[in-house]
Amino acid sequence: MRRGRAWVFGDNIDTDAIIPARYLYTTDPAELAQHVMEDIAPGFAGRVRPGDIIVAGRNFGCGSSREHAPLAIRASGISCVIARSFARIFYRNSINTGLCIVESEEIPNEVQQGDDLELNAEAGILLNLSRGTVHRIPEQPAFVREIIEAGGLLPYVKRRLADD
Amino acid sequence: MPNLTQKLLSAHCDKDTVYPGDLIQAKVDLVLGNDITTPLALREFFAAGFRRVFDPERIVLVQDHFVPSKDIKSAEQSMMVRQFAREYRITHHFDVGSAGIEHALLPERGLVVPGDLVIGADSHTCTYGALGAFATGIGSTDMAAAMAIGEVWLRVPEVMKVVLTGNRSRWVSGKDIMLAIIGRIGTDGARYMSMEFQGPLVAELSIDERMTISNMAIEAGAKAGIFQPDEVTMEYLKHRAKRPPRLYTSDADAIYQEELVMDVTGMEPVVALPHSPDNVRQISEVGEIPIDQVVIGSCTNGRYSDLEMAARVLRGKKVNPNVRLIVIPATQQVYLDAMRAGLLEVFIEAGGVISPPTCGPCLGGYMGILGPGERAVATTNRNFVGRMGHAKSEVILASPFVAAASAVMGRVAAPWEVAS
Ligand code: SF4
Repeated sequence: MRRGRAWVFGDNIDTDAIIPARYLYTTDPAELAQHVMEDIAPGFAGRVRPGDIIVAGRNFGCGSSREHAPLAIRASGISCVIARSFARIFYRNSINTGLCIVESEEIPNEVQQGDDLELNAEAGILLNLSRGTVHRIPEQPAFVREIIEAGGLLPYVKRRLADD
Repeated sequence: MPNLTQKLLSAHCDKDTVYPGDLIQAKVDLVLGNDITTPLALREFFAAGFRRVFDPERIVLVQDHFVPSKDIKSAEQSMMVRQFAREYRITHHFDVGSAGIEHALLPERGLVVPGDLVIGADSHTCTYGALGAFATGIGSTDMAAAMAIGEVWLRVPEVMKVVLTGNRSRWVSGKDIMLAIIGRIGTDGARYMSMEFQGPLVAELSIDERMTISNMAIEAGAKAGIFQPDEVTMEYLKHRAKRPPRLYTSDADAIYQEELVMDVTGMEPVVALPHSPDNVRQISEVGEIPIDQVVIGSCTNGRYSDLEMAARVLRGKKVNPNVRLIVIPATQQVYLDAMRAGLLEVFIEAGGVISPPTCGPCLGGYMGILGPGERAVATTNRNFVGRMGHAKSEVILASPFVAAASAVMGRVAAPWEVAS
């Protein structure tokens, strides 16, 4: 169960906006998290609380392939990103590294900045406690679920190697 | 019936034919990483307990983003990559002196051949589609897994067929054609799709121009941007290719999810205004936009022919006193060729500076960072907020012709205003 406030963003939030390249001299998630969203939402890193959820528009995570982006988001305390659609590299990086992502056309239409959200990924349900609404969230393909259940791509690959 | 994308992908997995939406485990021909993404991949690789790579000849590591090291932390990241390359006997590790921007370097060295499946922990890995390879950007964790097992999971993409046609005027380059496409379909217009470039105009495009076009497929959200190999490709590969090519072609009755016709007849050079590559305008429509800097370089337009285009405009001219011109040959070879051909002289005499091969300012690393309120015209590929420096700076994307003309005029300018 993930519960927190909604942080609403628009379309085409690129990975330079999520974590500017000037901080890519490190791979430390905690250090990266201090600068998450800095150029488009100054002060974001200081105000986000564990469990909070990003709700965004189309093409979230477009641009550079930097895996520092999902790492920084996760380390900042954000428990899930819900977007109308994701750019493909960000999408796979999130699956591979265990950042919860949900693709939904409907949820971004109905959630406002600061709404109190509760996500139950297993049951496939998002509750908007501020508005008293319930949203279904789509199921992931089986293969993707296997990676997520294994705890990310590398544990999954190791399990496969062990089975061979 | 399969299209080129289906053929390339089925050749790398255990299925005879693959279809859009299939999730496949594919064998890769090359795994690429750079000085920013490799350290993260190594962290994951070791944390997972891997101690072997699948094939030290199939891993390519390029130090290009922050080298020669811009500060202590990036020096440490480069050291990690260097040490790994040494210990694991990685054949293709390109460091200062042999390196250059990865996506210019790999084709130049003949490391990518038609028919390959290349994955790279860098989003512009799609550049190699210009040679008829399926090449796509992935993340560091993917890179770590692929270094260990030589495989990657992929979802077979739908295909957008892009038909290039018409007669272009002399100042219209591959960059303009691609920007115009992105302007038309938007930064997610080909999201998740493979773009296959076809049509009568393709034969007239050099490999360099095709690379510029494939390079920016990611700016339309695409997974790959592929050209079918032809005589131009084979000529380019001569004396270069390190492995035999495998030539695949789309069947005549192949199925495409979408089709787009791009007729370049009557087209002007274009630019992408801040802060999105799809914010595209014809050069004659932009009006008076003063600038502070011009950057000519990057994996999009830092090859020899790009410098040659810029020099054609700059020869005998002076850079406007309000503008800093930074020219960055993409590789050592490009640098050498440009020097021998006298192009560097043209830039220096015009008042520009020449940087060693690096990504540098393209991603706001170093070597030309913009301050608050400053504006640059760049031949790079992204003009997102803060991409080249301060969050209040601006980047305008353009071809080498337009960038060079703008350097002389001190504002966004058309090439014909400066050269004849
Ligand atoms: S030149 Fe720019 S876009 Fe190309 S690899 Fe380097 S940073 Fe990335």
